[in-house]
Amino acid sequence: MAEKKNIVELEDVVVKFVGDSGDGMQLAGTLFSDSAAIAGNDLATFPDFPAEIRAPQNTVAGVSGFQVHLGQRKIFTSGDMCDVLVAMNPASLKANLKWAKPGATLIVDSATFDEKGIEKAGYQTNPLEDGRLDSYNLIKAPISLLTQESLKDLNLDKRTAERTKNIFALGLLYFLFNRDLEVTLHFLEKKFKAKPGILEANRVALKAGFNYAETIEAIKSTFRVGPAKLEKGLYRNITGNIATAWGLLAASENSGRPLFLGSYPITPATEILMELAKHKSLGAKVFQAEDEIAGICSAIGASFAGSLAITTTSGPGLSLKTEAIGLAVITELPLVIVNVQRAGPSTGMPTKSEQSDLMQALFGRNGECPAIVMAASSPANCFYYAYEAAKLSLEHMTPVILLTDGYIGFGSELFRIPDTKDLPSIKPPIATPNDPNFKPYRRDEKTLVRQWAHPGMEGLRHRIGGLEKTNIDGNVSTDPLNHQLMVNIRAEKVNRVADYIPLQELEGEESGDLLVVGWGGTEGQLLSAVHQMHEEGKKVSLAQFNYIMPLPKNTAEVFSRFKKIIVCELNSGQFVNYLRMTLPDFRYHQFNKVQGLPFTLHELTEAFNKLLEDK
Amino acid sequence: MLENKRIQISPVELTKEDFVSDQMVKWCPGCGAHAILAAVENVFPRIGYRKENFTFISGIGCSSRFPYYVNTYGFHGIHGRANPIASGVKIANPDLSVWIATGDGDSMAIGGNHLIHIVRRNIDVNILLFNNQIYGLTKGQYSPTTPMGKVTKTSPQGTIEHPFVAAGLVMGAQGTFFARSTDNNVKLMTEVMYEAAKHDGTSVVEILQNCVIFADKTHKDITGREVREERQLILKHGEPMIFGKNNDKGIILKGTGLAVVTLGEDGITEKDILIHDQHSKDPAIHRMLGRMMPPEFPVALGVIRSAAFETYDDLLEDQIEFAKKDSKIQSVNDLLRSGDIWEI
Repeated sequence: MAEKKNIVELEDVVVKFVGDSGDGMQLAGTLFSDSAAIAGNDLATFPDFPAEIRAPQNTVAGVSGFQVHLGQRKIFTSGDMCDVLVAMNPASLKANLKWAKPGATLIVDSATFDEKGIEKAGYQTNPLEDGRLDSYNLIKAPISLLTQESLKDLNLDKRTAERTKNIFALGLLYFLFNRDLEVTLHFLEKKFKAKPGILEANRVALKAGFNYAETIEAIKSTFRVGPAKLEKGLYRNITGNIATAWGLLAASENSGRPLFLGSYPITPATEILMELAKHKSLGAKVFQAEDEIAGICSAIGASFAGSLAITTTSGPGLSLKTEAIGLAVITELPLVIVNVQRAGPSTGMPTKSEQSDLMQALFGRNGECPAIVMAASSPANCFYYAYEAAKLSLEHMTPVILLTDGYIGFGSELFRIPDTKDLPSIKPPIATPNDPNFKPYRRDEKTLVRQWAHPGMEGLRHRIGGLEKTNIDGNVSTDPLNHQLMVNIRAEKVNRVADYIPLQELEGEESGDLLVVGWGGTEGQLLSAVHQMHEEGKKVSLAQFNYIMPLPKNTAEVFSRFKKIIVCELNSGQFVNYLRMTLPDFRYHQFNKVQGLPFTLHELTEAFNKLLEDK
Repeated sequence: MLENKRIQISPVELTKEDFVSDQMVKWCPGCGAHAILAAVENVFPRIGYRKENFTFISGIGCSSRFPYYVNTYGFHGIHGRANPIASGVKIANPDLSVWIATGDGDSMAIGGNHLIHIVRRNIDVNILLFNNQIYGLTKGQYSPTTPMGKVTKTSPQGTIEHPFVAAGLVMGAQGTFFARSTDNNVKLMTEVMYEAAKHDGTSVVEILQNCVIFADKTHKDITGREVREERQLILKHGEPMIFGKNNDKGIILKGTGLAVVTLGEDGITEKDILIHDQHSKDPAIHRMLGRMMPPEFPVALGVIRSAAFETYDDLLEDQIEFAKKDSKIQSVNDLLRSGDIWEI
């Protein structure tokens, strides 16, 4: 029996699993996160994988990673730099060492650091031996050899044994974090129910990893992260893309409008399409179209026919859908367009996140073509903003563009499970059959919203389309004054949505020296930065926008309460220029980054401090 | 009156007046589209579905103004996209009788991708393809069906493009129904539209239409009064493929292709002539019939192919019904509480 090791209490910790694309890092990371969640930690995760499915083995291009940030305090992001890096080969160490904090714990599969592996990774000498890692807490464990050794009695083929090394590494980590193996054993039993051989291999490997860690000298102390103080309730871990799909399903159920999704696979939005395709038992109709245009056009057809119609995509797909969005605007049909943004232009960096489609969402169409634009800001709140996007679209008879991004779409966090009956009701303006006063463009005086009559409804036959129509009657018209009227009405209808959305809230004091302004998926990083500034006694607050077109009604009033405003975005300045155009009375500073990466805490606080010091 | 497992029948007898629109019809005088409209107004009461269940969808072009001129639910879309819009309508509500008005440019140039895919999926809609071999609404540019060598405003020296044959395209995309008519034969148009409505799956009705302004008499080699009996083979299921002024010409299978023969010559009798089987699942003969062109052959009109295959919309409804019975997830609350959850 090895001597008892020290236990170090941690407030929060960032663990990153990295390895070759086929090494099972996503699974190991997910299992680690789930066991942490069940132990009561708050957490956020982010997978980091290459665009290629299987890049050349053991090269830097093929490195796949999974990062989890867990804590006994509220966790806002998946973290910038990691405290523990688990590297399954030389290439993954090479690619990720720059993301490890000084003095971080490195757990490496030393069996892969042979001459060939080292050379493929682009190292000249063995990094485990040449002293360059001396400042880290390096744990060299021949994980792949030990895994094979531990499985030798099971008579498995070499490939299966090899593929279990991620679970051995996980066992090692569970020891390091004083975690119970039960949760993961239970999960493995479920996952490999039909494959008893593989189940046994995973079970043995997990325990072997745990036992190995207990005996080795290199681990001098272990960590404990206590449970976080979370609101009571039922929880699950959820990614932004799944939360988006579920929010839309909830909106369908609560509005009584069947869900129709017309979509085409595109990274990083495809998970929403795949998730909704699973839920035919909830009546969801999912049409995988031949292209992006057919995706949105089929959704417009379904909307005409009375469905909650949705199309999901990412930047290049939004470009292709542009003309059809105009059709939904002029026909005044409800339609939810989800854009999970990625780094552009063109194909850009499909698996990397960015916020550079805002201008396209706001203005990228021919003609005067207003639509509601909103943004979710965390993996879990994708559920609520998808729900809200559907609600606004159905109740105001207008397309809504919901912007999320690859970072929150792929990232996960804890989600307190709501009861759908507690969500706000959704009441689309459906026409009454045989209403003698029905006209396609007769409007509600207050909201300017027209009524929705679907094919099949008795006594309401009418025709709509992409040609300009007369207000009320809906006949084709090129009358100049009617066109002006319709342009004005379409804009005003969207502007009046401001009466139905919440006021802009602030994190921090109601007034102060600096207002940090962000929108969408950067919320976690900006919150962390603003909290740190508070701790340093600075008068800094955060306004993170979820509603962009229209803006919350109190936006100007909020801005007026701060001496300085800095708008932070992962683009070259799209929201800040929209604000300059919409609310020109303020002076906006800006902080931008376009690297396909989230903001880091350090770069944000540095920028804020500098701005506070400037006279 | 048609029987359909989903689409509701009208409780009262309908007439042409039930489908006449109050809008001014703005096609050129003499345009073939007027006759197509008349055929639709004739056939819809005969089909007999409840009038609110008819829905017309279109894209852009002269043909695509159609929904404004017929009193049904109507949706005038964007260029080339009538097929996906209609797919969404039909999938969302399979109880509708969905009709598409489109042209050769709309469906085979800008919308070519959508045409092949709606046909491949066999979604139960009816496509009226107005083929006038020209872009009319933009005033006279060549289209994907303009004959090679034809001088148009964008081909001053004649086109150098091989034209599509709509039948070849549709059957190449595994089409289950293809019919063809000329715009000056309202009786035949009405007949094939009725057959299209009867067919479960994507029905494509190609109408050889005259554009009086930009491609006048483009189909004259087929529709001309002097030539039409020699140049048109009007197919009837179960009957021999006989045509000609004196009903003395026929189609036979010769080698790997079709050939025209004269009855009474070289010992040919009626029993040598091919019998039309529109329901044959094997499309080989249908494809050859669809591609017949003058002067070597007559043009095949009527229902060339009407083969029974499962439709997308039926299969989807079946899957939904099965999932609703089979799944533990019956509400979003069930979904939210499925998988790994825990209480804090």
